[in-house]
Amino acid sequence: MTALSALIRRDIRIALRVGGGALIGVLFFLTVTVLMPFAVGPDLALLSRLGPAILWLGALLASLLTLDRLFTADHEDGSLDLIVMSRTPLELACAAKALAHWLAAGLPLIVATPALGLLLNLDGTATVAVALTLLAGTPALTFTGMIGAALAVTLHRGGLLLAVLVLPLSIPVLIFGVAASQAAITGPMSFGTPFSILCALSLVSFVVGPFAAAASLRHGLD
Amino acid sequence: MSLIDLANPTKFLALTARVLPWLAGATVILLLIGLYQSAMAPDDYQQGATVKIMFIHVPNAWLSMFVWGIMSIASLGTLVWRHPLADVAAKAAAPIGAAFTFLALVTGSLWGRPMWGTYWEWDARLTSVLILFLMYLGLIALWRAVEDPSRAARAAAVLTLVGAINIPIIKFSVDWWNTLHQPASVIRMGGPTLDNAFLIPLLIMAIAFSLLFITLHLAAMRNEILRRRVRSLQMMQANQQRAA
Repeated sequence: MTALSALIRRDIRIALRVGGGALIGVLFFLTVTVLMPFAVGPDLALLSRLGPAILWLGALLASLLTLDRLFTADHEDGSLDLIVMSRTPLELACAAKALAHWLAAGLPLIVATPALGLLLNLDGTATVAVALTLLAGTPALTFTGMIGAALAVTLHRGGLLLAVLVLPLSIPVLIFGVAASQAAITGPMSFGTPFSILCALSLVSFVVGPFAAAASLRHGLD
Repeated sequence: MSLIDLANPTKFLALTARVLPWLAGATVILLLIGLYQSAMAPDDYQQGATVKIMFIHVPNAWLSMFVWGIMSIASLGTLVWRHPLADVAAKAAAPIGAAFTFLALVTGSLWGRPMWGTYWEWDARLTSVLILFLMYLGLIALWRAVEDPSRAARAAAVLTLVGAINIPIIKFSVDWWNTLHQPASVIRMGGPTLDNAFLIPLLIMAIAFSLLFITLHLAAMRNEILRRRVRSLQMMQANQQRAA
């Protein structure tokens, strides 16, 4: 347990200090959101209708962008080999790394959501709904994306290949995240149904992600 | 002859060399019978002659999912039993599965044009097949990104199994998303209400396409084994030249 908490603390500290790059994700999120009105026009009514979708897409791309470094940095300085060889189960170590990554890179996205909601003319309920769905959904993005990151590090490839592998897997999260936000804003449907499914997707990814990532690290590193 | 004997690539090559001509012959005969029966099948009272696209479309759509199942079993073989032919089987199946998925999409959209008035509809089934196609392409990209076949095999095996868990979830989500955005406006062919005049040619075509897959898959596996032998021979030659 102490090993895992030490791992989490170490990863967060590395991500937040100079050269860590966790907060670049938030900057990317902000930039993508600011770009959207230039593409669809400054129509506030339209922007507030598209708002949840824009925020979700931005968060999806931002979390993908930062995932690239999840294992690569550790692989380069050799600490990944130590983690693989240690007595702590690799699955738990992977889960701890993903949790640390979400705390350092995912949580700031949710904190930034209200400010970005203002730019997109979202009212209070809508902003809270989007932030809540992001809170429930972004862990699923991190934990499924971790599989892609583990594959990428064993193959010494990253970037585009990671995106191509991970994006199709994140479609369910996107569907239910946007659906739950829309339901809270306009929908005749209740907020609870898609939101519970979103939580279920996160829970499934907590199980599948660490096992798949650990399997690919164990088989792929040599 | 058990599965473990087949682990020897030389034995596998010898066996498939004997089996393949028969398989290919059976495929051709069944395809001819199926095509003839499909051509002779009566027109649908609503859809007219376009219903005959079904005889090509449905087997392709069925195989697009079946091939991922085959690859998942092969991936288990790679990760769990380290069967030497499992990753050859998984690698050879991916492009064939992508081709079947692509054909299912193309025939589906050709069928959709006269029926729905558009080549593409964000219909739940079309959309989930499109996502399946994207995942096949991602898998092929993964195979092609790495030079060392055994390293690529283990990564591809993990991704295939993750896909096998995720494909039903994606299918469910897309169904849900579709009913949320548009009520089903398309008249569907109900499975059990299919008349025998359509069902029998369809079954023959399904068997013929499955045989086609097995034939192509075994041939592609033979090619892959030979390709790896050529690769290792080239590497040995390069080593000798460097030593000399």
